Amino acid sequence: MSVTLVKVTKIFTDQDDKSKEFTAVDDVNIEIKEGEMVTFLGPSGCGKTTTLRIISGFEKQTKGDVYIDGSLVNDLPANKRNSSMVFQSYAIFPHLTVEENIGFGLELKGLKKSQIKSEVDVIMRTMGLSALGTRQPSQLSGGQQQRVALARAIVTKPRVLLFDEPLSNLDAKLRDQMRTEIRRIQQQFGITSIYVTHDQDEAMTVSDRIMVMDKGRIQQLGTPFEIYSRPTNHFVADFIGRANFFSCMVKSVSDVVTVEVNQKQYQFPAFNKDVKAGKRATVVIRPEGLHIQKNSEQAFFNGKITEAVYLGATVEYEISVKGRTEPIVAISYNPVKEGLYKVGDEVGVTFDPISAHVIL
Amino acid sequence: MKQRIISSWHSFIQLSKDPLLLGVILLLLLSLVLFIIYPLYKVVVVSFQVNGAFSFKNFTDVLTYSNGYYLKALFNSLWMGVATAVLGTLIAYVFAYSLTRANIPGRRFFNLIATIPIISPPFIGALAVIMLFGRNGFISSTLLGMKNASAYGAKGLLFAQVLTFFPVAYITLRGVLESISPTLEDAAMDLGGNRFTIFRKVTLPLSIPGIASSMLILFVESLADFGNPLVLAGAQFPILSVQAYLEITGMGNFAKGAALAFILLVPSVSAYMLQKYWVSKKQYVTVTGKPTQSSNDVVSPKARWILFGVCCLIAFFIILVYASIVFGAFAESWGNSYKLTLQNFVYVWRVGFESVLDTLAIAGLSTPVAGILGMIIAFLVVRKKFWGRKFMEFSSMLSFALPGTVVGIGYILAFNKHPLYLTGTLLILLLNFIFRYIPVGVQGGVAVLKQIDPSIEEAAVDLGADSNKTFQRVTLPLMVPAFFSSLIFSFVRSMTAISAAIFLVSARWKLMTVQIMSQVESGRIGAAAAFSLILVAIILVAMAVIKLILRLKYHTTSSILSQ
Repeated sequence: MSVTLVKVTKIFTDQDDKSKEFTAVDDVNIEIKEGEMVTFLGPSGCGKTTTLRIISGFEKQTKGDVYIDGSLVNDLPANKRNSSMVFQSYAIFPHLTVEENIGFGLELKGLKKSQIKSEVDVIMRTMGLSALGTRQPSQLSGGQQQRVALARAIVTKPRVLLFDEPLSNLDAKLRDQMRTEIRRIQQQFGITSIYVTHDQDEAMTVSDRIMVMDKGRIQQLGTPFEIYSRPTNHFVADFIGRANFFSCMVKSVSDVVTVEVNQKQYQFPAFNKDVKAGKRATVVIRPEGLHIQKNSEQAFFNGKITEAVYLGATVEYEISVKGRTEPIVAISYNPVKEGLYKVGDEVGVTFDPISAHVIL
Repeated sequence: MKQRIISSWHSFIQLSKDPLLLGVILLLLLSLVLFIIYPLYKVVVVSFQVNGAFSFKNFTDVLTYSNGYYLKALFNSLWMGVATAVLGTLIAYVFAYSLTRANIPGRRFFNLIATIPIISPPFIGALAVIMLFGRNGFISSTLLGMKNASAYGAKGLLFAQVLTFFPVAYITLRGVLESISPTLEDAAMDLGGNRFTIFRKVTLPLSIPGIASSMLILFVESLADFGNPLVLAGAQFPILSVQAYLEITGMGNFAKGAALAFILLVPSVSAYMLQKYWVSKKQYVTVTGKPTQSSNDVVSPKARWILFGVCCLIAFFIILVYASIVFGAFAESWGNSYKLTLQNFVYVWRVGFESVLDTLAIAGLSTPVAGILGMIIAFLVVRKKFWGRKFMEFSSMLSFALPGTVVGIGYILAFNKHPLYLTGTLLILLLNFIFRYIPVGVQGGVAVLKQIDPSIEEAAVDLGADSNKTFQRVTLPLMVPAFFSSLIFSFVRSMTAISAAIFLVSARWKLMTVQIMSQVESGRIGAAAAFSLILVAIILVAMAVIKLILRLKYHTTSSILSQ
């Protein structure tokens, strides 16, 4: 049960001024495989929710095609598409009980009362809702409403499950618990799923693959590991986790990339095919990829510590370097072994080449 | 401009794919034009016409009539409007502040007391004034032994109007005060303000838009009031709405009556527009906010007891008014003999039974129709896009701004010729009531629909429901409580209405309110009191029934009155 988007573009026109246009989704191509869980991740206004609503049928794309399971669904309205959505606000029908909410889709399909009852019972047991069947939605906690919304979406056995920021209304602890549960149920039922979020931790935990979006365009599509450790551009590197950026000159490109930073030459694995010899590029190093030692000629950079936050397991440092506006951020794991530095110390920063990465 | 025409044409083409929807929209627009705009148009046309030509003569005639008698009426109406607005708002603010902030004892009781005048006919205040302070008044004559005391004129009317309309201001101001978070006052106190400074610098400034709003509403209500001035104003203190009525029913002069109605219309509509489009947008906080219980003590114990005393005094007057109505209904001859008897009820049964049936029939038929139309208009206005949507919203709410006298005159001017000859029929009364109380349903429906998250309807579509099924199974059930609330409110209004209806009643179709009025005018105070009591009893029973339905079927008791 795959979902395929081909060159999907959505342009909104202003209601009052028809000449004003806004491109919400810009030429998006993606193929989501059967049973896969893909997250659309990006800041608000990046087009992730609009893309999801195009797949569900609530919005119609301006250009491009949507295929579900190999068949073109461009002209199929939302109520005829076999996809189910879990809404950000849960959208539980306030006038129906928990059971009636979950059974709503089955009833519309014309199933017999007894059959609806047994299927609703099964799903309520799976979701731990058995005791709540006759409750009114107003008597449910946020977490319980979330479960009802999920149960209502999966009981109809949809081919595609769509999540629109489903955890953003829950408190932090419940959020962690629910995202593991969503992943468990998705894998248990093997439903192809698309999950929209702006929270990178959530994206990391639930997804097989992540599609990072910004300004309506796909910035990178890959596994959580690829997205974090091998970001393809500045936006992705900056949006996911923290990163230090060092401007460099590319000397040569073969199996490895040779670049010059701070009048020293370094070699890195070549991941990015757009990096060309003789052009400027950027070296990306995550804070945990940097080590701090006494300052020396061999160090990558030398500087002065401006901030040191001791967290027990780790220490976070900010180091200001002459000629750089942004401080270098470094995290020291195992501070007992690596030693503790304090604000004002002159230090040198080094790194392992495997932790670094060159982008344009 | 061209683009707008093209886009409206497109939306029309879109609608024509749904013939049922298109038909409903066209029918509603036509009815609103015919039964709200057209009568108003007739008032304007007739008032500006002499022998078929445009002229200001009616106005100059009216304003110079009998040494400026009508000019005096205009001045009196405006003066009374301002006085009622200021005094009513002041009392309402003290009441609302005491109940939301001062933590005085008996808040539930005071709240109940303040809402009673809303469900009673608007002239009960006037009736009570006569019973208490008139020539045979209980206080003036029986207690104080005054001879020839008069309750007529400015003072009596002001008392009656303040009593009748301050609950409207109270409900507005209570909403405003409840939505001001007590944490703001806590913060001010924390920063070192004393209690009076906090009130002066925080609470009062935050409630200024609410106060302005409530004053404008009371001003409009007072100008439009007909029942109280008809009883109390008298010849020495002419009031515009009553003079317009007398000009038409007494002298049959439609042109002058229309001119007076137009003069009355201008300040009412101006104040209404000011309130709706300017003041209500200045609110610092939304009135619909969750009521927060005040945990602080921004009111000192001494001030609390003073406020409690004031509230008791206001409550005392309200109770006095209603007690005298009840007592008067059972008294043999008010002012002379207070022996208890049922003769008033026997008399009312004999002369008024027919009007009870007529009133029930008219209110019972028009209320559900107004409610359903209100819900449909609310749904169309909030959820659909079509040409004429703004007009539908505006015209359906317009009745709130129009004094009943103006509407009544408009109806007799508009529907006295073929093919729309409706004078004296049941239909003209029904149409008048339906279109007068449509705004109640529209307002309630719009409020509910704006609260329903569109994703709830999307969820139904997502699960396989088409738009028809979604409306039936999800939207409609969610609107039901608002529908019943609007039923209560428009039923109360229909049962107690007089200002427009008094022009439309006939020998064939009678209304209780009009009958009560004629009892008052012919001096049968006891009969009028008994009649009023029956009217209030019917309203209370109807409210109880609707609330019971709501509680049993929809697990809610929410109503406009308790909000």
